[in-house]
Amino acid sequence: MIDLSVNLAGVILSNPITTASGTFSGHDSGEFYNLNELGAMITKGVANIPWEGNNTPRIAETYGGMLNSVGLQNPGIDYFIKHELPYLKAFDTKVIVNVAGRSIEDYCEVAEKLSETDVDMLEINISCPNVKKGGIGFGTHSEMAAKVTKEVRKVSKKPIIIKLTPNVTDITEIAKAVEAEGADAVSLINTLLGMKIDVHKRRPVLANKMGGFSGPAIKPVAVRMVYQVRRAINLPIIGLGGIMTGEDVVEFIMAGADAVSVGTAAFANPTAPVDIKNELIAYMERYNFKTLQEIREAFID
Amino acid sequence: MSKKVAEGKIVQHTEIAADVYRMVIENKEVAASASCGQFVNLYPRAKHTLLPRPISICEIGEETITLVYGVVGEGTKEFASYKVGETIRISTAVGTGFKPQNTKCAVLVGGGIGVPPLVELAKQLTCEKVAVIGFRDEPFLKEELEKAGAKVYIATDSGKAGFKGNVIELIKEEGIEGDYFYSCGPKVMLKALADYCMAKNVPVQVSLEERMGCGYGACVGCVCKVKESTESGYEHKKVCKDGPVFLGSEVIWND
Repeated sequence: MIDLSVNLAGVILSNPITTASGTFSGHDSGEFYNLNELGAMITKGVANIPWEGNNTPRIAETYGGMLNSVGLQNPGIDYFIKHELPYLKAFDTKVIVNVAGRSIEDYCEVAEKLSETDVDMLEINISCPNVKKGGIGFGTHSEMAAKVTKEVRKVSKKPIIIKLTPNVTDITEIAKAVEAEGADAVSLINTLLGMKIDVHKRRPVLANKMGGFSGPAIKPVAVRMVYQVRRAINLPIIGLGGIMTGEDVVEFIMAGADAVSVGTAAFANPTAPVDIKNELIAYMERYNFKTLQEIREAFID
Repeated sequence: MSKKVAEGKIVQHTEIAADVYRMVIENKEVAASASCGQFVNLYPRAKHTLLPRPISICEIGEETITLVYGVVGEGTKEFASYKVGETIRISTAVGTGFKPQNTKCAVLVGGGIGVPPLVELAKQLTCEKVAVIGFRDEPFLKEELEKAGAKVYIATDSGKAGFKGNVIELIKEEGIEGDYFYSCGPKVMLKALADYCMAKNVPVQVSLEERMGCGYGACVGCVCKVKESTESGYEHKKVCKDGPVFLGSEVIWND
């Protein structure tokens, strides 16, 4: 009997498959597959007040990947708690809410409000490349990342996952800084900052000019960073970046991830999270792995 | 779980104008899911083209749907190479389409690759209807609109066929009047028509196009500004889910 369960800072996920923030909507993704199949649902970023997001075009396809510059459009935490959370909580899976902010106070306000709900964990987004104020600014400096972690940790009654950006010189420095201030887990990587130019129109494709690069094209960068962070800190890691198949999940687990998030794959195939989970099971059956820990230990470094 | 991505069988596939293809796809579930003004997502098989291509539904049959699409990039180029008998990865219908209103006289205004969804709309409208369709230089779907009972007026930029000019100029030139407008086409055309209809105090439903990510409402990549009583005076609505069809009077047009 295969045991897919994962212990993320005391929260037990039935399996390691979660949905990457920004690529999942309970109502809309749930039209294609049974959400109970997920280890956890990670929501789109929610801020203290509604955010309008960026102008369009917000999406550009690239070779084996895509760019987005949605800019964390969201209805704000009060609306989320009242209208979206009850729907998500009806499912037999964990709910992780991605928290966005432009200031430390913003993050804290959302964390405090969510602490009074029955969400399971918070993922603190200090790494969105699409918002000018805050966001990525917090994720690219160790001191700022540490400060956000420290303040949110103080007010949050839920375990906090800090989402790390790859757009830094040394991701392990940031990881160590947030671990030192009480982060319960980390997730990586957020999107890489990218750009596409339409040479016929002679202008950037995205209205925001630059955007977050995701999809299978970025997977080697993500695997490398998970590998590095695993060796730098002791916290649980949610690995993500370009996962398209069950074998990609195995790759992240071997690099050191405890759980994973599936994002862009759900655009190419709406049922990707479930299909990937089944492929992971098939891989484990093929090599007679009973637990994810066995996969991790089987890796020859 | 009411939506899915299925394999559809291509039963007809022809080039009806330069780089414009008509594809008839057989799949009962997809056909049963569709209503006029909605679209389907077509999924390329090439691994490096990740995103689905949203294509408006031109006609809905018992077991088939008809799509008319333009070849504009790698994905649609791949679709154009598909032969009759092959299968295509297709979603069940998505989006909020046209709401046909049987008024006295409906005016259907289409531009280029925006013309296709007007065919199913024309079929479903039982009232008197006029179609005003514009192209760069090569018209298509004229016969289909006539078969659906519409009186068809054609404009081309080049003057190669019909009236030389755009659809708004043609409407004015011919004195075309109606008490309800529907439209799909390039943004500049939709904006001009929405302004025209506002001035005449006639309602218009417009079908918008925007670059999409997932094509089913999850990513919030494709949005348009719709008037709302928020601080900014608008809200970003999802073109793939809340639309693609909106009331012309509620859309705030980006420059």
